[in-house]
Amino acid sequence: MPGNALQRYTPQLVGAAALLGFVGFWEAAAAYKLADPMFISSPSRIATVAAEMWEDPDFWRDVKVSSTEFIWGYLAAIAVGIPLGLVIGWYKRAQYALGPFIDVLNAVPRVTFMPIMVLWFGIGIWSKFAVVFLGAVIPIILSTYSGVRTNEARYLRVAKSFGASQMKTFTSIILPGTAPYIFTGLKYASGRALLGVVVGELYAATAGVGHMIAQAGNAFETDRVFFGVLLFTFTGLVVTSILARMEKRFDRWRPEGAVR
Amino acid sequence: MNPKLVARDVCLEYRQPRTGDRLLALDRISLSINEGEFVSIVGPSGCGKTTFLSVVDGLLPATSGEIIVDGLSVNKPGPDRAVVFQDASLLPWRTVLKNVCYGLECIGVRASEAQERAMRFVQMVGLDGFENSYPYELSGGMQQRVNLARALVMDPKILLMDEPFAALDAQTREYMQEELLRIWEQANKTVLFITHQIDEAIFLSDRVIVFSARPGRVREHVTVDIERPRSLKLKRDPRFHALEDRIWSLIHDDALAQARS
Amino acid sequence: MSGRSIADICRDNERLIIGASAFAAFLVLWEGFSRGWWATLFTPLLGEGARALAIKPIFISSPTGVAQQAWTMFAVTGEIWPHIAQSGGQLIVGLGAAILIGVPLGLAAGRYRTFSYILDPFLSALNATPQVAFLPLFVMWIGTGFWMRVLIIFLLAVIPITMNALAAVRTVDPRLLKVASSFGASELHTFRTIIAPSALPFILSGMRLAVGRSMIGIVVAELYGSATGIGIMINMAGSSFDTDKVFVGVLVIVIAGLLMSEALRAIERRYDGWRPAIGDNY
Repeated sequence: MPGNALQRYTPQLVGAAALLGFVGFWEAAAAYKLADPMFISSPSRIATVAAEMWEDPDFWRDVKVSSTEFIWGYLAAIAVGIPLGLVIGWYKRAQYALGPFIDVLNAVPRVTFMPIMVLWFGIGIWSKFAVVFLGAVIPIILSTYSGVRTNEARYLRVAKSFGASQMKTFTSIILPGTAPYIFTGLKYASGRALLGVVVGELYAATAGVGHMIAQAGNAFETDRVFFGVLLFTFTGLVVTSILARMEKRFDRWRPEGAVR
Repeated sequence: MNPKLVARDVCLEYRQPRTGDRLLALDRISLSINEGEFVSIVGPSGCGKTTFLSVVDGLLPATSGEIIVDGLSVNKPGPDRAVVFQDASLLPWRTVLKNVCYGLECIGVRASEAQERAMRFVQMVGLDGFENSYPYELSGGMQQRVNLARALVMDPKILLMDEPFAALDAQTREYMQEELLRIWEQANKTVLFITHQIDEAIFLSDRVIVFSARPGRVREHVTVDIERPRSLKLKRDPRFHALEDRIWSLIHDDALAQARS
Repeated sequence: MSGRSIADICRDNERLIIGASAFAAFLVLWEGFSRGWWATLFTPLLGEGARALAIKPIFISSPTGVAQQAWTMFAVTGEIWPHIAQSGGQLIVGLGAAILIGVPLGLAAGRYRTFSYILDPFLSALNATPQVAFLPLFVMWIGTGFWMRVLIIFLLAVIPITMNALAAVRTVDPRLLKVASSFGASELHTFRTIIAPSALPFILSGMRLAVGRSMIGIVVAELYGSATGIGIMINMAGSSFDTDKVFVGVLVIVIAGLLMSEALRAIERRYDGWRPAIGDNY
């Protein structure tokens, strides 16, 4: 029934129309010189630049550098953050000892450490890796920790009553109960990791998409700047949707549409 | 006949962390349950009946006294006792079948064998066709059936039931009481059943133990001398009412005294 | 409390004792690296290799170095105050604008479905973008001065504020709205008496998130330009290898961040804090 389908997709249709309207207005503003295209660029100019850059090996080198920083920094944050969060959630005393440091690191934007990281690791990939890692690891630790802490006592009582070993309790009760929290942390951390890449490359770099944006900005190449920004938008959307899909697989036991 | 479960002078004290004061929750509880017997504990809320059950299961250590199962003193959870928890406490991330398997996994039974055994009990509690459902897809009564199956599959000597039907609506509760008797007669277990509902206790049990409140003490043993099998019609029988009155007056005195203090 | 033994007191204050000792140990360790204590201590054991345990203060500074520098900058020369004033000013203007625009925008989108359909694609796209990538663009548009920094702070802060305000309206109990409309309350009256009070805690937690984002804005926006500001001070100190100063700047931001989020938490508690934050809790 077309009427029904129309109704069902109203949000998407209205959203798409609004986006199209925005793009159209932008193009028109540039075409009729409502504003100088040198400042605001235009969708068609951005598309042209995108096509050019697709052929440009320098651009692919930038992409490679940025993705290396992002992927390794993020993976390292996951590899450290989840176990650490589990440990401080499970062992009260570990939390007492590490809590103050994590709280302090949480209160400060980790990009503040950029100058120190550059001092320590130079302006290459390693300083960005460090900032990406620092940015992402804190939210992963904190959400994993709160996941363990909110594990309901009644499930632990069941495990104890059936004589489950420590290991069994951990794998059958703690981990599945914590998984949704870990995903919340991972999603948030992916944003922080991307932020680390951008800031690191704006601050001091010789390559990377952020570096490309900064250089294009200095040369007043607005089209390239916009293209770079959109590339980050696209990456952010892709990463979040991958995580959301993975989360769904882990979350089959939750009632549909449950609010956490 | 040998007693299956004996509690001898069980006391439990708490230390309150703030004041350091000690609080007596259970005071010299002594009782004995025979093999195959169905015994209920009733008492006003806060009389420590659930606490006592946790001590019997070994989740809480008694301050003094001992719990004896088949002549052996026990102080930690073991496969000879299984609990049917108050709030079904099903693991929400496991299907019905995997929930029933849980205890078997804990004692290291092979997965395929565990599932096979679990399936028999899923059928026994009447949940054929729901074995792959998640707990959130089940009604409260069905969740309690899974809870029961999860305990029965362990083939425990003693089944410890902690107000399992408290959260159900009145009709479902009565239906589940009948079901429980049917399953109990099939499984032939020794049962210790905790409830605050007098009619439930009488309907199910061979013997009702009345607890007094704060600290929990055994106040009286009431034998339910009514033949089995029983049906819900029994709840309109004069003998049933007489027992109900008697237990009610025992608890009522206590509840009043507590309210006045 | 004479009846309590030392063991009892230790047990009841375990958290404080362990936390404080860990922190003290960290400071001693740090100082020791910087002053070469550990190198001296382990030379008999490790021989020449122990030299690696001495790290030049230019790299890691030291707790006493940072304290001394902080004392100088705050009390002796007072040079840090203009930086704090500048960054604070930017923060207030940027965050204020984000609240003034984000809250009404979010409330409207929460209340009027069609409007939320329009807003949603833009909001999710902006949310997925690391907004600091707009920085070079803003520099092109309005230079590197005060307003550019305000703009970036605004952009970072407005998103969580809008999203929380939107979610706040969505979670208003529909029964209450039914009551209002059955009594024939006007739209304005409904907003004032039903939606605003129940949305407030959510909006406040959105603001707490926004404060954290604004701090990022301050630090990043001040990557450009060379006047005053905490971020600029940190950058300049970093490029002249003045590590003590870098840490003083970091410390100022840590303290400011902790103070602001604690203050907002206190306000949240005042207006009934049982509601969870939308998005994240950090």
